Parts: sequence; C-alpha cells; structure tokens
Amino acid sequence: MFSFYNYVLCCLFMLFFSSSLYISMYCFLPDFKLSNAYNINLTCTKAASIISSRSMDFPSTQFVPSRTMGTYEPIHQIGMWGENFKSIDSPNISPSMIVDVANKLENESETTSHELLAPSGKYDQDASKPLDKIQRRLAQNREAARKSRLRKKTYVQQLENSRLKLIQLEQELERARQQGLYAGGALEVGHLGISGAVNTGIAAFEMGYERWMEEQNKLICELRSALNAQTSDIELRILVESGMSHYLELFRMKSGVAKADVFYVMSGTWKTSAERFFSWIGGFRPSELLKVLVPQIDPLTDHQILEVCNLKQSCQQAEDALSQGMEKLQETVSATLASGQMGQGTYLPQVAIAMEKLEALVNFVNQADHLRKETLQQMSYILTTRQAARGLLALGEYIQRLQALSTVWANRPREPA
Amino acid sequence: MDKVMRLASERGVVLFSKSSCCLCYAVKILFQELGVTPTIHEIDQDPEGREMERALMRLGCNTPVPAVFIEGKLVGSTNEVMSLHLGGGLIPLVKPYQTLC
Repeated sequence: MFSFYNYVLCCLFMLFFSSSLYISMYCFLPDFKLSNAYNINLTCTKAASIISSRSMDFPSTQFVPSRTMGTYEPIHQIGMWGENFKSIDSPNISPSMIVDVANKLENESETTSHELLAPSGKYDQDASKPLDKIQRRLAQNREAARKSRLRKKTYVQQLENSRLKLIQLEQELERARQQGLYAGGALEVGHLGISGAVNTGIAAFEMGYERWMEEQNKLICELRSALNAQTSDIELRILVESGMSHYLELFRMKSGVAKADVFYVMSGTWKTSAERFFSWIGGFRPSELLKVLVPQIDPLTDHQILEVCNLKQSCQQAEDALSQGMEKLQETVSATLASGQMGQGTYLPQVAIAMEKLEALVNFVNQADHLRKETLQQMSYILTTRQAARGLLALGEYIQRLQALSTVWANRPREPA
Repeated sequence: MDKVMRLASERGVVLFSKSSCCLCYAVKILFQELGVTPTIHEIDQDPEGREMERALMRLGCNTPVPAVFIEGKLVGSTNEVMSLHLGGGLIPLVKPYQTLC
C-alpha cells in the first residue's frame, strides 16, 4: 500500500545512497573519473527501480537501466526519475536537487567533463541556495557513514570473540561432563582454570592418534601384501619390528595424556564406539588379544603351545589382579566421598581426600598398558617371524573390523520415532 | 633401613605395602591367585613407616610400595612383578612357597 511517507523515505534513501556512493568513490579513488558517474547513476536508477517496483505503483519498465547508455543519458534518466516523482504529491523532493547533487560532485572531481555539464545548464538556477545545505548534509552523511562503519567493525569483532569463547566453553563443558567433575559451585572455577593445559594435551594426543591410525593402516597393508607375496623372513622381521615399535609408540602417547587427564584415557573417547565397548582400563584386554591372535597363527609347535598356554594363564591372573585392584579403588573413592554427614552441602574435605586416592588411577592405567605391552612382547618371543607377522596382521584387522562395526552401527537404518 | 633389611631378608615372599594402596591390593590378589601367602608389612601402620618408606626408595624402588622381596632379593614393584610373571619367571621363584589346596 502506497503512502506519502514511504515516498519521502525512499527519496531520502536514494539521495543518501547515491551521494554516499559517489562520495566513497571520490574519497577512495583519487583518480575517480567522471565516466564513473555513469555507473553511479546507473546504480541510482537501478536502486530507484528496485524500490519503485516494490513499493510504488509505477510501471517498472520506465526504470530499466540500459547498458548502452551514452554519457548524456544518465541526466535524462534522472530527469525521468524526478518527473515521475513530480507526478505524485511530494513537495519536499525536488528533482532538481538530485541533479544538483550530481552536478556539484562533478564540479568537485579532478577531471571535469563539460559535455556532461552542458545539458544540465538549465538546472543551475537552483544550484546556489541549497548548495550549502547539501554540503553540510553530505558532510554529516560522511561522518555518519564512518561512525556506522566503525560501530559495525567493533560489533563484528565482539561477535567473533564471543563465538570463539562459546566454542571454548562448549569444549570445556564436554570435557567436564566426560570427566564427571562437573559439580557446580566452587569446583567449576578450578576445573576450568586447568582445562587449558589439559585440552592442549588431549588435542595433541588426538592429532597424534589420527596420524598413528593412518600409519597403522599402512603397516597392515604392507603386512598383508608381504605375507601374500612370500617375502623373505628378513624383510618380514623388519615389518614385525615396525609393527611392534608402532604399538610401543601408542603406549608412550597414552602415558603422556594419562598424566594430563586420566579420565580421558579411561573413557577411550578417541576410539570408535565398538572399541570402547571392549575397553578395559583404557585399552584392549590382554587376554582378549591372545584369544584373537592364537587361532590365526596355527600351526604351533608343542613347545609353543605350552608357552602360549602359560602366557594365557599368567596374563589372565595379572588381569584379574588389576581388575580387583580397580574395584578396590572404586570402593575407596566411593567410601571417601560418602563419608561424613550428607545434607549440609559442604563436601570439600571429602573431595580433597578422594582426589588423593584418585591419583592411583594413573598408576592403574599405566599398569594396564604395561600389561598390554608385555603380552605383545612375550608373544613376539614365542612366535617365529612369520607367525608374528600373521599375528600382527590379525590384530590390526580385528581392530579394523571393530571400527567398521562402529561405522555400520552408527549408520544403521532406524525405526521412525 | 635396618628394619627394612631385616624384614626383607626373611624367608619366603615379603611384601611391603600400605593398607590404603590399591595397587598393593592388586599384587596381594595376584599372589593369592598363585597360591602364595606373602609376609605382608603395612608400613603405614608401622611407627617407623616414614623411615621404611625412605629406605625402600633408597633400595631402588620408584615407589616405596608395593615392594616385593623373594629370598631376600628385591624383585621390584608392580611393573617388575607383572613382567616377571608374564615372562614365566615368577612361578619358579615362588614355587617352594606355593600352598596349592
């Protein structure tokens, strides 16, 4: 629906738009040529057409800008523009003012083109009076535009900072949730304070693990092709050594991040979901490893069978001992936290004592990794090179199958809710 | 130091432990599974506990507890005991002291 105020606003907008556009061109392009005035006027008329076609009852065909406009046409266009305004009740807007602006600016530009000015001669009579007003308004517009730009810049910077802070907070919150340390109140500050270093350790580990996994898959491929190709024992030995030291590398990385955040290692976040399902104190069960390996490395000599049997038994015993130790640790921490009267909302002493006890968790994780390492190494002593290669390949492929299971499970079709 | 040396050179399997230490508890469980009953000294319940702790550290243990001695010889802490066991070397050492029911 058309209204008088709508017209006024639109005209002011166009005036401002065209002048500021012209001014910015003038300010930022010292060798601004008059020929550009054509473009600006083109833009003005384009703007006019957009606005007019949306809010006014004019047929838009009159305002279609033409690419083949000559230097004289812009003025005519403006004239047309102005005339159409004239036909509606808008006494405040004088088409001559619009053209005067163009004239004034053109006068100020470094290169003047008399051809452009000539046809505008008939408008000069109105040029002098509103000229000061226009100049002032232009200056004000410039100032307003600059301030607006500065405000926008500051605002955008603040938004960016807030966004980064939000991402950081979300990450910390996620870590806190996983660690279960989110206790509300007095403990939050302390936790968030140290999380910087922890996050760095975890981030470094995750990056390292990604690289480790890529290297691991490469090693698996090499083992596979080497075994299929009947390579010599010497070459196989090299591959086996690489495979073994690769696992040792992983244990070293885990030891590092366990010092930073033992709960992270316990949760096994860096692994796929199916791998986590089988997790035991931050990694695979040594007895599970043997169960997977042994059937793949047949045939074994009698002596080997005996040794593998002994290894299985001692491995299981060590595993049981550590598991029971872990249970004891849980009981201890739980008893500590539950001690004293509950209901008063004060619990920092209990938490402090529990913290001391919890430090033993790092030792348990290290012991579990040590057990995994020892199991692998003992197997490598018992087996021949070829058997060890088959064993490493089987282990690697087993983990790949677990990872595939995780992916397929995540993508399985679900029943609609 | 003397006390530790005296206790350590006792016959059989000697374990220095702390009642609050869960890793020590794990070692105790392991010996239990092997049918061995070690002589356990809880140094946190001993009046000379602090000195014993220092003495154990000086003997070469990274952590004072758990510390396992067999026939007066230091086997080590959890790491060493586990490695020895997986390597098959623990059972022969404790065989004389196994009480298998």
